Amino acid sequence: MKPNASQDSRMVGDALPRREDRRFVTGAGRYVDDLVLPDQAYAVLVRSPHAHATIRAISTETAKASPGVLGVFTGQDVAADKVGGIPCGWLVKSKDGTNMVEPPHPMLVLDRVRCVGDQVAVVVAESKAAAREAAMLVEVDYDILPAVASIQAALSDGAQTVWDQAKNNVCFDWDLGDKTAVKAAMNRAHKVVELTVRQNRLIPNAIEPRAALGHYDAANDHYTLYTTSQNPHLIRLLMAAFVLGIPEHRLRVVAPDVGGGFGSKIYHYAEEAIVTWASKKVGRPVKWTAERSESFMSDAHGRDTVMKAHLAVDKDGTFLGLCVHNLANMGAYLSTFGPSIPTYLSATLMAGCYTTPAIYVEVKAVFTNTVPVDAYRGAGRPEAAYLLERLVDKAAKELGMDRLEIRRRNFIREFPYKTPVALEYDTGNYDATLDLALSVGDYNGYAARREASKSRGKLRGIGFSTYVEACGIAPSALVGQLGARAGLYEAATVRVHPTGSVSVFTGSHSHGQGHETTFAQLVAGHLGVPFDNVDVVHGDTDRIPFGMGTYGSRSLSVGGSALVKAADKIIAKGKTIAAHLLQVAETDVEWHCGEFRVRGTAQKKTLGEVAFAAYVPHNYPIDKIEPGLEETAFYDPKNFTFPAGCHLCEVEVDPETGVVEVVNLVAADDVGVIVNPLVVDGQLHGGLVQGIGQALYEEAVYDEDSGQLLTGSYLNYGMPRASDVPSFKVGTHATVCAHNPIGSKGVGEVGAIGCPPAVMNAILDALAPLGVTDLSMPATPEKVWRAITAAKTAQ
Amino acid sequence: MKRVTMQVNQKQVAVDVEPRTLLVELLREKLQLTGTHVGCDTSHCGACVVHVNGKSVKSCTMLAVEAEGTSVTTIEGLAHKGTLHPMQESFHRHHALQCGFCTPGMIMSAVELVETRPLADEHETREWLEGNFCRCTGYHNIVKAILSCRDTMREKSA
Repeated sequence: MKPNASQDSRMVGDALPRREDRRFVTGAGRYVDDLVLPDQAYAVLVRSPHAHATIRAISTETAKASPGVLGVFTGQDVAADKVGGIPCGWLVKSKDGTNMVEPPHPMLVLDRVRCVGDQVAVVVAESKAAAREAAMLVEVDYDILPAVASIQAALSDGAQTVWDQAKNNVCFDWDLGDKTAVKAAMNRAHKVVELTVRQNRLIPNAIEPRAALGHYDAANDHYTLYTTSQNPHLIRLLMAAFVLGIPEHRLRVVAPDVGGGFGSKIYHYAEEAIVTWASKKVGRPVKWTAERSESFMSDAHGRDTVMKAHLAVDKDGTFLGLCVHNLANMGAYLSTFGPSIPTYLSATLMAGCYTTPAIYVEVKAVFTNTVPVDAYRGAGRPEAAYLLERLVDKAAKELGMDRLEIRRRNFIREFPYKTPVALEYDTGNYDATLDLALSVGDYNGYAARREASKSRGKLRGIGFSTYVEACGIAPSALVGQLGARAGLYEAATVRVHPTGSVSVFTGSHSHGQGHETTFAQLVAGHLGVPFDNVDVVHGDTDRIPFGMGTYGSRSLSVGGSALVKAADKIIAKGKTIAAHLLQVAETDVEWHCGEFRVRGTAQKKTLGEVAFAAYVPHNYPIDKIEPGLEETAFYDPKNFTFPAGCHLCEVEVDPETGVVEVVNLVAADDVGVIVNPLVVDGQLHGGLVQGIGQALYEEAVYDEDSGQLLTGSYLNYGMPRASDVPSFKVGTHATVCAHNPIGSKGVGEVGAIGCPPAVMNAILDALAPLGVTDLSMPATPEKVWRAITAAKTAQ
Repeated sequence: MKRVTMQVNQKQVAVDVEPRTLLVELLREKLQLTGTHVGCDTSHCGACVVHVNGKSVKSCTMLAVEAEGTSVTTIEGLAHKGTLHPMQESFHRHHALQCGFCTPGMIMSAVELVETRPLADEHETREWLEGNFCRCTGYHNIVKAILSCRDTMREKSA
């Protein structure tokens, strides 16, 4: 399909400041915790302080007698009500064809806690303070069990099992690719380059803590849940069908203004079901808002994999084959999309932007006594990009080749390109983004900058990553075969009102991405109506036909395409109406920028005139079409989209202290057609800082023995601050996505994917003269200093 | 319960609170000024920054009773008769916000910076924002917006 040129080029591509800003800069945003329903009660959860323990008994009597308490509920109440568990949305099968081990994930734990933060009871009271006080009076008698807090511990001989049904703590043992071909490549290789990398475990840390407000309306037997979600329809489906057994049409889920997600607000969390269920129990609306310390131990974490790779290379640097063994931490339970992250969202990206002809990837997923791990900005693709880009640098070094030369030698240049790991890239131009990064980053001036750093006692290094990623995961039929338990289309409605103004209803959800502006630009441009005449509605299952929500950088490419499809239906219906009004054949009517024109004449009807006729159908082709001008479309993409690019990073390392400073960071990305450059740059900037965060500062650390989360607050988790990061230079070079009507690819995650390997390659480049050859993320001053000291000692 | 009186956004208020009530709780729960946000429980994130007697303060770290007799300005009180404060305008123009959750605290901090340190450069601006986390913007456009607002305000006062 050729992309439609925008009907109004003044709209698509315009850097319009966002219309939603007004409410946010004046404090008029409405987030879940801001909502107050009449007679609202407050819930506080009692969470496990232990990583692994049997619950001998729970005594709630004292808590129940505490002032203001309306109810105290435990796993026994949940079991008595026959409430289901939190479901997993993706089934992965092991190599031998068996299903992954899929343990139960109860709303409130009944008999055994499996990670610090596991929810064992809920107290509902008149005020938050009363609930908090009573929660401290719930006595839980634990029998502490040994805990396994890391992949290595979980897989060690005789390790404590997290789940009795998961032998050796293995959830699944999956593979992809041609093992025999890879073995042959290794045998004939000039060299086999080996590298093991660890993906530090990250905590998403959206600044708005999760919150949920449940309301059961007994008079109408109807439930409403207000929640901090990236995908309210998905929450409605999962909670209604699998957890609470509520008829789906009796449950409304609203995700109002949501303060950031980054993946962590995709999943259906126990607290959402708890407040909805508890509201019926106490007969009042029930609100729960996480404290930040709860967020640390109950939001799904990200990454946490160990990958060992072998890359077979020829003498001239041509890649012949790649073999990857990946160990992935699932945590104590399977979060909604946890199993898909190291497999279908990571192993499938192991070709990167290179023509490696044979690839084989094994993924062993393990249970540990830690918080569940799921998608966090990038979700699987940062893991693949980091491994590949570190590996390519290492290969260049071992072959004595230039790092850019080895990349260019192996770039994919012919599209579509079918990779050996199940994807087909539609378009791309990896040379163009690499060249762009070099020019924007003034690569020619690097040597002089390095000398200048040296004169100040600093070690300067430069690093690159040339990555590709996959967004807008699709089509539904394919992902269904791969184990997804949901479709991955998007729904949209375009309603043209009688006066010609337009309401747009999208299943995508904006929690910072700016849909209220960009989607309005898209529809205004497509229908040729003024921007101010288009409003965008999202985040409410009662107002929007359906929706799969926002994740995997899919909003514009999938949700936006659904809007275009619905708008095209409007135009098609409008043509029939216009032809009738103009008394010409439909084939003589042409659509042009908001007007239906009769070919070769000056006769025309505007969209507004057609809309009015559709709602006041006095003179109307009623035997052909119905009145009204509103269309709904479901768009199921034909393929993923494949954003790609080159990130260039320069760092200065202080050899005395090990402190690393990012001094130049350039992102040159191909995200396809851009609707709003201001928003796109903003997405890039945010992703880059999360990438720098992973590379330099952030890591969730569990104590190996006790399974306690040692980085459970901002005191000890390295959130990047303004003073930790530089300003950036971003540039884009668009190749147009070949299979969606907008031509866009997605931008939400590229910063977090491309950046970490560029930063780490830069640090290793800076430290190479000292003999340092390896370093793991995050490259904290301590770690860098130790690496420098060890290298000096070795020399 | 203790009665506290103060000016909030130039209006005199008198509220009965428990002595343990935090200023942010008074603002959000008693006065329904929900523009001031709570993003952490350790005084790090800065989503709750308001002005107390013109100085930026983390309202999660101050008891309501400590604010007795003061003048408090929240994000809701920054615009003047429907006209945005130059900092609000600058955040909008430079796309210095995405999800908007950190924005009120960020703006209140930034306003004090430009008022008290009109010569602050990028480095000083970034240091000043140490107590305000943003997870969406990567700070790039926030810094840009603040420096631009600083220039605008300087031009106006010149």
